[in-house]
Amino acid sequence: MVRGSFSNWVAGEGANPLIPHTAELIVGFVAFTLLFLVLRAKVVPLFEKAFAERTDAIAGGIERAEKAQREAEVALQKYTLQLKDAQGEAQKIREDARVQGAAIIEDLRAKAVEEAARISAAATAAIQAERQQAITSLRNEVGALATELAGKIVGEALDDQVRQSRIVDRFIADLEKSK
Amino acid sequence: MGVRLAADEGFKPPSTADFNLPPVFGDNPFTTKPVFLAFLSVILISTFFILSARKASIVPSKLQFAGESVYGFVRNDLARDVIGHEFMRFVPYLFTLFTFILTNNLFGIIPFLQFPTMSRVSFPYVLALFTFVIFHYVAIKHKGLMPYLKEIMFMPGVPKPVYVLLTPIEVATYFIVRPLTLSLRLFANMFAGHLLLLVFILGGEHLLQGVVGLKLVSPFAFAFGIALTFFEFMVQCLQAYIFTLLTALYIAGALADEH
Repeated sequence: MVRGSFSNWVAGEGANPLIPHTAELIVGFVAFTLLFLVLRAKVVPLFEKAFAERTDAIAGGIERAEKAQREAEVALQKYTLQLKDAQGEAQKIREDARVQGAAIIEDLRAKAVEEAARISAAATAAIQAERQQAITSLRNEVGALATELAGKIVGEALDDQVRQSRIVDRFIADLEKSK
Repeated sequence: MGVRLAADEGFKPPSTADFNLPPVFGDNPFTTKPVFLAFLSVILISTFFILSARKASIVPSKLQFAGESVYGFVRNDLARDVIGHEFMRFVPYLFTLFTFILTNNLFGIIPFLQFPTMSRVSFPYVLALFTFVIFHYVAIKHKGLMPYLKEIMFMPGVPKPVYVLLTPIEVATYFIVRPLTLSLRLFANMFAGHLLLLVFILGGEHLLQGVVGLKLVSPFAFAFGIALTFFEFMVQCLQAYIFTLLTALYIAGALADEH
């Protein structure tokens, strides 16, 4: 591998590629350290800042979205509840109305029946009274008429009060019996 | 690189010598191509990320998005997923590590630069040393020196005679194998990849200078060189990822309470 013509420019360091060169070791150390310092000071913090801001932006966005969703859910729940309440209330009102309607009808019917009964009773009483009156007046008139008629027919003075009364009573009794 | 290849001298396959580039200015060893590339990477990475992070906002610009994608990848997929809740402390280091290795690897296939800095073993050594120091430091600070050493040497829940085998293995793992494999994996991949590209490109160039029959074969060498360039791109990204991932894993191990 090692040829005579090989220009070995660093004395003491052979052609073996595994033997390091002092100058290159120093350069490697310096160059790498330099690069490390520059990147650590000027690049890493800026990228980290951008990363953090981005994470923040994304996380913040997600958080906001989650909050909005939570709020929407609460509102939905509220409205659903309200709707349910309203429906219940409407149902109740309908029920009440039905019950009230039935009560009113019942009431009216009872009143009508009562009124009818009252009218009927009043009519019955009036009729009864009138009938009584008619009977009384009829009895008097018929008695007088009959007496007069009988007096005329018989021709005898039926002045005797006792007899007259007896005759009338018998007549009426006959009348009632024949009725 | 192909300069020393003269047509009349016959084909010399590329070798380790091709990685020993002479200083640009005199004998100053700080003026070699890898050195320039390392500093160039520092300038490029710093500029790119400062520009993309400067006006970082919630809705990113295209540039910010590009920078953020890389940063977010290291931060979330490497640091956070591997290390857990204390990951933020290590993000700057892992981020630097990943971008530094990736950029320097990519130099291997970027036109005109075309040299992977990490094929110079010194750079992977330095990076592995950083990781080595960091994960031991974190472990010692987290667990205390003696409990940490005890945990390494006498893994709990193991029958005593097994320690004869296990202790040397564990000690070697933590103090030798880890930093060594970390650096050598990166180095060897970049080294071999670059060598492979050299073989096909320089070989194709050499074939082009030969007789007509060889000229006809030359395009195949170039085509293969181009295909390998794409393959190299994959390897370069992968190696940057692996180095950073392993570092994160070692740190996570240092922070873990039990083995």
